[in-house]
Amino acid sequence: MKQRPTFLITALCFGFAFLYVPILSMIAFSFNNSRLATVWGGFSTKWYGKLLSNDKIIDAAILSLKIALVSATVATILGTMAGITLARFRRFRGRTVLSGLVTAPLIMPEVITGISMLIFFILIATMIEKLTGLRTQRGFTTVTLAHITFSLTFVTTIIQSRLLSADISVEEAALDLGSRPWQVMKDITLPIISPAILSGWLLAFTISLDDVVITNFTTGPGATTLPILIWSKVKLGVTPDINALATITVSIVTIGVIFAGIAMNRAERRRDLDAQMAFRSNQ
Amino acid sequence: MRWFNIRGWSDVTIATPYLWLVIFFLIPFLIVVAMSFATRTTTSPPFSFGVTDNYLDFRNYARLFQDDLYIRAFLTSIKNAAMATFVCLLVGYPMALGLTRVSKSARNILLMLVILPFWTSFLLRVYAWIGLMGTNSWFNKLLTSAYNTLVPQAWELNSIHLMNTNFAVVLVTVYSYLPFMILPLYANLEKLDMTLNEAAMDLGSRPFRVFLDVTLPLSVPGIIAGGLLVFIPACGELVIPGLVGNPSNPMIGRVISDEFASARDWPMASAVAVALLILMVGPMMLYTYYDAKAQEKKAMEP
Repeated sequence: MKQRPTFLITALCFGFAFLYVPILSMIAFSFNNSRLATVWGGFSTKWYGKLLSNDKIIDAAILSLKIALVSATVATILGTMAGITLARFRRFRGRTVLSGLVTAPLIMPEVITGISMLIFFILIATMIEKLTGLRTQRGFTTVTLAHITFSLTFVTTIIQSRLLSADISVEEAALDLGSRPWQVMKDITLPIISPAILSGWLLAFTISLDDVVITNFTTGPGATTLPILIWSKVKLGVTPDINALATITVSIVTIGVIFAGIAMNRAERRRDLDAQMAFRSNQ
Repeated sequence: MRWFNIRGWSDVTIATPYLWLVIFFLIPFLIVVAMSFATRTTTSPPFSFGVTDNYLDFRNYARLFQDDLYIRAFLTSIKNAAMATFVCLLVGYPMALGLTRVSKSARNILLMLVILPFWTSFLLRVYAWIGLMGTNSWFNKLLTSAYNTLVPQAWELNSIHLMNTNFAVVLVTVYSYLPFMILPLYANLEKLDMTLNEAAMDLGSRPFRVFLDVTLPLSVPGIIAGGLLVFIPACGELVIPGLVGNPSNPMIGRVISDEFASARDWPMASAVAVALLILMVGPMMLYTYYDAKAQEKKAMEP
């Protein structure tokens, strides 16, 4: 008894059309010769040239990448610690507070997180000025600190759910067999969560690269990230070079996702093969 | 776990992220709460406590109800967010259900296609719609000609006014948050026991009846999780209404940031933020509850 779910297939087709038509339209119009962003005027690649010779955009992209690299790395370290804490320590003082602190930024409206960090940074800056006379400015440091704070909670969630579904008895067996705690950590726990650490880092990296609201609140003069630059450009109207930028972004992401998919498929197949071999040699 | 409780390892592992979150999340948040009871002054920073007779100043909260700007903004936000959540559900549910009914290899590719837009820039996706909704874009022309063939000649339009309306905000919000609806729904629907459907079919139910009686009730946790994941961020959304919304009918995110930046009224901005948070507490706790339950279930699985 198998009947073709025609309605559901149609819904899928329309849904994917809805998701992809705007993106495809943007890609098509990035090769548009016309100055108008959405009226076709012949094929051209001039907007790519314009984009790559625009120093402001290149500088902003480099700044965004720097912030994303630093914040994703720190957030991954802190998030892994918090994830291990929440998944493996049954009882310690303030456990509920920590798990609350980890979930709150995930579901807090970004405007509130942004404004509270801005007020915090301004007050700290005034305090520093009063104490030492040094005038500090918001910029790279404050944006990075803010990004670490809210992306670490995403990493924590990923690590925690990976550890909760992993078998704790392997770690306990290693201890019973005389392994030292750090050996258990190095040889068992970290390898188990290493894919989760990688995907946590990637998520933190993209979140940081993509963030507008919190960056907008915590950044200062001279530190314009790529999203902030795009935002200020888009507010003034649609410009064709942004189409080119979008096309480049979409291509990079697509290639990345395809490669990640292939790599994951391979790893899975190898694991299956290993499991089969182990099963056979046991028989 | 015993292995961490040796040589202070555990203390470091617990304390580092803990301290970080307390310093950079909890303290700033408590400052905002305290700030909402302060009075605006012309000093720098522009607030102080104890200007009125009471140490706490409740006038900011009183203003929330007196000035209809705030109530209107809250209503607009809730209306737009609720509408977007509902449309997301209407579009996302059949998609999630469809994903569970295609072959395994097609499913992996389609799931990747759902997630892919999420990895590309959020801002650029909003931007794509700005291009499409403009009065001289091919999309707007297509919509206009479709509309013109349907209505009598007297009602014909040159172009449909899409930009800077609440409709545009809802449309772009649906577009941006659709993956957040599809993924939890899919995770939920995928685990459902198909034999229940078959049993209902064997007992003579028609497919739509099976859906109403079996699939829909079992997918309520997925609907709630997905709905909240769309509703909560959509309520506080700042970027989408800022770019495609109606500026004379602002949503609450805009009001908060305007109070802060343009009016330099930190206490009022904080009070509006706290009020938004109080409104969101119910939905947030509901989400945490369902999330914790899902995590528990996951931990129970072999």
